Formats: sequence, structure tokens, C-alpha cells
Amino acid sequence: MSLTALERLDRRWIFLAVGLLVLGPLLRPLGLPLGTSAPVRQFHDTIAGIPDGSLVLVSCDFDPGGKPELVPMTKTALRQLWEKRCRLVITCLWVGGPGLVGETLESVADEFRAKGRPLEYGKDYVYLGFKAGYEAVMVLMGKGIAGAYPQDQRGNLVSTLPLMRNVRDYSSFVLLVSISAGYPGTKEWVQQVNLRFGLPMVSGCTAVSAPEYYPYLQSGQLSGLLGGMAGAAEYEKIRGEKGTATQGMDAQSLAHAFIALCIVAGNLVQWRKRRAAQS
Amino acid sequence: MKRELPLFLTAVIGLFMLLSFFVPHHLASVPANYLQQCAVIVVAFGYVLGGANALRVNLEGVAKRQLDWPYKLVLVVALVATVVVGLVDGRRWQDAGTTSMFLYNQLYSPMQATMFALLAFFIASAAFRAFRVRTVEAGLLAAAALIVMLGRVPVGDAITGWLPEPVRMSALQEWIMNVPQNAAKRAILMGAAMGVMATGLRVILGIERSYLGGTD
Amino acid sequence: MNMSQEFGVWVAALLTLFIFSFLYKDNPLYKFAEHLFVGVSAGYYIVLNFWTVVVPNLYDPLVRTFTGRDPMSGEAVAQAGGPFAASLGDYRGWLLLPGILGVLLFSRMIPRIEWLSRWSLAVIIGTYVGIKTTGFAQADLVAQVQGSLVPLWTGAWGSSLNAILFTVGLITSLLFFFYSREHKGTLGVLARTGIVFLMVSFGAGYGYTVMARLSLLIGRFQFLLEDWLGIR
Repeated sequence: MSLTALERLDRRWIFLAVGLLVLGPLLRPLGLPLGTSAPVRQFHDTIAGIPDGSLVLVSCDFDPGGKPELVPMTKTALRQLWEKRCRLVITCLWVGGPGLVGETLESVADEFRAKGRPLEYGKDYVYLGFKAGYEAVMVLMGKGIAGAYPQDQRGNLVSTLPLMRNVRDYSSFVLLVSISAGYPGTKEWVQQVNLRFGLPMVSGCTAVSAPEYYPYLQSGQLSGLLGGMAGAAEYEKIRGEKGTATQGMDAQSLAHAFIALCIVAGNLVQWRKRRAAQS
Repeated sequence: MKRELPLFLTAVIGLFMLLSFFVPHHLASVPANYLQQCAVIVVAFGYVLGGANALRVNLEGVAKRQLDWPYKLVLVVALVATVVVGLVDGRRWQDAGTTSMFLYNQLYSPMQATMFALLAFFIASAAFRAFRVRTVEAGLLAAAALIVMLGRVPVGDAITGWLPEPVRMSALQEWIMNVPQNAAKRAILMGAAMGVMATGLRVILGIERSYLGGTD
Repeated sequence: MNMSQEFGVWVAALLTLFIFSFLYKDNPLYKFAEHLFVGVSAGYYIVLNFWTVVVPNLYDPLVRTFTGRDPMSGEAVAQAGGPFAASLGDYRGWLLLPGILGVLLFSRMIPRIEWLSRWSLAVIIGTYVGIKTTGFAQADLVAQVQGSLVPLWTGAWGSSLNAILFTVGLITSLLFFFYSREHKGTLGVLARTGIVFLMVSFGAGYGYTVMARLSLLIGRFQFLLEDWLGIR
């Protein structure tokens, strides 16, 4: 392909290339080996280290835009927590998310029920649903969860649920698992809850947000971090699962290689054009 | 007084909320808790206002037969239908099998996910057409981007697997994230925190008034 | 191939393809899907906030306070002290105020009385200024400074070099944002060093952003292949 042709390349050819490079490995997996990184191991080990049967707050702050990255890690985290017989209180602070979070929660609960471990709503887990207000909700919960959430997602009065009788405020929980797509999310939980109320935290987040949370990881404000689909896939590997995140990593690999090639090729074209103009 | 009294109210409430962070006494914590409850309720009304405004603007567009008015009609019908269905479904509108959940699962959720998925194509196109390395700094940015992009996925180690472990793509990527990237991000975090504190002070002191809007 | 028999999955798949058609060029199918999405989103946000905040946090407590009955079960509810005897988490009649403020927000739609909405905005802005200022100060300033005070010599050459490099990067990046003096001389050298670290961090951010965007595409293809076409 000549320099001029590359320079004038219709972007729709690039779109087609991306589409095919993502589609291909989904149809025919390459089986590229996946490693594990320290922040992901820390996430797993922090959950593994809490006592069995503990009360854990899980805040799933995402919507369908974050589904491919965050739903797999949410499912794996729920499985790890429920295998430890932890009792969960789940919230969602993203306006587009409550339906998706509920569906994710019930799909994992149904897996356990199918394996003969009947998880009972109201006793083993409570889904409080969405509440508007961003950080104000987080601080409000600090003086009483029921003050912010008088009813759960299903319209039940929170005071009537057996699990919630053991829940007063953040002091009732041993850990906060924040699965976050942006604002409000992990950053706001760190700012408003982690230090102020002394609640240890781990975070799973979209890849866009992950670089921003590394300082929190280094300072100890976060005890573990899963970044994007790669983080979710590594977490699945540690847990011995082969979920959608792992299945997507081959496609991710090829697409990343293609984008790297685009950057190099685009600059080579421009460099040759500049040299041709100078001579 | 249409501006001064709200500004005064902002200052009083802002100062009180700052104070309540340091004072655990119930004379501070109960009113602060009440204000947070107020904020939650008013923000919820804000979402309803946003939807109502979208309805008003597009209804106007349909009535005046503006450009693309048939599509605006689709928007209006979809909005009204979703609201009516949601209200009719009642308090248990989020239970599995309701019409509201059908609209959420089969319309809202896939369309939102797909809108964001379009970005993947555009980022590839932009990488080829717009990512230009013209200075040393841009070169550093590009080098870091390439190492992180390839090192974070299995293909990086597949390419550099023959090298000693400390210099493979994944190890380099991890070092970049933990050391130089972390240092710069922390500096940005701290700088932004100081900026937020300064802006907060400006809002409390009434110097920053743009949130009030209007000309009077 | 085992295509889905569910009507809902076909609706979702077709709308997905309508939106992807934009990649070829803007067309009526994409425009239809785009406007449908905006309409459904706006309607959904209204309904969600109504049933999850306005009803449980405002309407139900007010009904209990002023009628003495629970709005869901109809049973009598004891409310000692009267409608304005508030306590932590139980604000009874005082919830009329946020209700009024919420309604006042709608005055923004009428230019002649839009100034009334400033009262609602004043409460929101004042509350969030207090919450955000303390949150940023504690977590993003104090805790980050604390986390930066690490020993430069750790006992091993590798990690000590990293610690020194980290500290140099942090200080020079902070100095880059110091605009009260011109970046000349020593400050200029330090600021330019800071730029190196900042560029590396922006590059890392770009790499992660690419990963995020591609993940979203992978997710949609997984839906089309598995849920719709039944491949895999």
C-alpha cells in the first residue's frame, strides 16, 4: 500500500479491521497465557482474609456502559464472598445501574441455589438498590443505613429484613467492596468512608479509572485493585474460573496490538511525508 | 436579595457541613444528617426536572416542525411511554418480568452499552490519524502508552517472553504503573485536592456565583 | 448456530445493529435508535428517582407523620412527640422543606420565576461543598502526603531506587503546577523533569483507556454471538 493511499485511508477500513480482530478470537480462541498482577492478588487475598460469615458492603456503582469490564469481576467477587458464607448488603449509586446489578446478583445467587446452597434474600443478602445523591448518600449511611435506605430494591421496609437487624452503620461491616465505573464510585468511597469511618476497602473499576486509583493502593487506602477486563480476567484465573473476561482477553490482545500498529504506522506515514516535503 | 439570600444560605450551610466533620456532638450531626437527606431528595427532583426538560424541548421541536422532528416525536413517545409504564407497574416496578424491566433490559441496557462500544472504533481511527509524535514529550507519552497497552494483555509477554522476566512487557508495564505513573498521578491528586478546597472556599465566601445562573 | 427465540433478545440485537450502522455512515436507523435511547433513558430516570427516592424518602415518611398510618400496609404507626419532633434519621414533618425545595427546582422552566430555584441550588451546593472539601482534604491531600513519606533506603538497591525515583517524580510533578513563578533556572529544570513523569502517566492513562474502550466492544460482540446467535 503506497504512502498516499495510507494517508488517505478511509477510516471505515480501520473500523472493519478492529471489528474482525475482535470477532476472530471470540469465534476461535487463541489461548494466550494470562498472568496475574500484584493489585489483583491483593484484592483476592483481602477478601480471603476476612472471617467467614462476615457482613460485607458491596457497592456496585456502574451501568450497562461498564458491563463487560465490571459484571465479570462482580460475579467472581460475589462467588468468593458467598463461598465464605459472608452476608452481603448491596447498593448501587448509578442511576442506570440498578436493574443490571440486580440481574447480576440474582444470576450468581441462582448458581449457588442450583448447587444446593439456598441463599435466602433478606437473610444472606439484601439489595438496597439505587439512591440519588452521590456522596451525600455515602455520608448519610454513616449515621444509619436505614436512614438513607428506608426501603430495599423490592420495596420491603429495611427494618423488616432479618439481615438488616444486624446492620446499623459502617461499623457493622468488615469490608467494603467497591465496583465502580466512575463518579460516584471508588474515589468518593475512599474520600467519604474509608478514612472517615475506618472501613477497609477493595476496588474493582473500569480501566479508564484504574490509573487514578494506584496512589490510593500505594497509600493503603485501597487494599486491592482490579483494573478493567484484564483485572477481571486475572481475578478469574486466581479463582480458577473461565468467565467472560477471560474469554475476551485474546480479542483484547489482538486489538491492542493493532492499535499499537496504528500509532506506529500513522507516525511513519507522517514522518515519510515530512521528509518527502523537505527534499 | 434574589441572589444575596441564596448566597448567604450557601455560606451558612457550607460552613456548617465543614464544622460537622469535626464536631461529633448531636447538635451538629443531626442537622448535618438532615441536610444530607435534603440533598438526596432535591437531587432526585433534579433528575425528574432533567427528564421533564427533555420532554419540553422535544415537544417544542415537534410542534414547530423543526429539523428531524419525526425523531423527536420518537423520543417524546418513548419518554412518555416509559414513564407511564413505570408508574402503572407501581412500587414493585423493578421485579423480574415487569414491562419496565423489559424496557430496561432490552432497550436501555443494550443501547447504552452499544453507544459506548462505538468508541472502540473511533479510538483505533484516532490512533492512526491523530496520534502524532512531534516532540520528545509526545514520544515519551507514546512509548509509555505502547508498553502499557501491550504489557497489560497476554500478547505483550507473548512477544517478549524470550527476555529475562524483569524486562518483559508485563514487568515494565507494572513498573511504569507503580513508580513514574503513580508519582505523577499522586501529584495531580494532591493538586486537584487543593483546587477543590480553594473552590469550596470561594463558593462559601460567595466569590464563586456561577451556579446561581440568571442575570438578576 | 442456535439463534435465540426470545423476542426481547431480538429487539436488543436489532437495536445494537442499528447503532453499529453509524460506523458506515449516519442513517435513519441509527437516528431512530439514538432518539429512542434518549427517550427511554429520560423516562427511566424519572421513574427510578420517583420510586426509589421521592416515594420512600419523602412521601412515605410524610404520610406516616400526618396520617399516622403506614402508606404500604395501612396499619397505624405510633409517632410520639408530634409531626415536628425529629430525631436522627426520622425527620417527619421537617421533610416538607426538601419537598418544597424539590418542587421549586421546576421554577427553572419558567423564566419569570426561575430565581426561586436558587434556594434549592443553595442547599445542594452548600451541602456538597462541605462534603467534598473535607473528603478531598482528608483522602486526597493529607493521606496522600502521609503515603508519600516512605523511607528512601529500603535495604535493597532496586526498591530504594524506585522509592527515590517516586519521590523525585512526585516533587517535580508538583513543582510543574506551581505557576506563581516563571519556570526558569532551577525551577525550570525541575518542572521539565516533572513533565517527563506527567507524560509517562498520560501515556499509561491512554493505554488503559484503549483497553476500556475495546472491552466495551468485546462485550457487545459477546452478546451478539452468544445470546442472539447462540454461537459458543
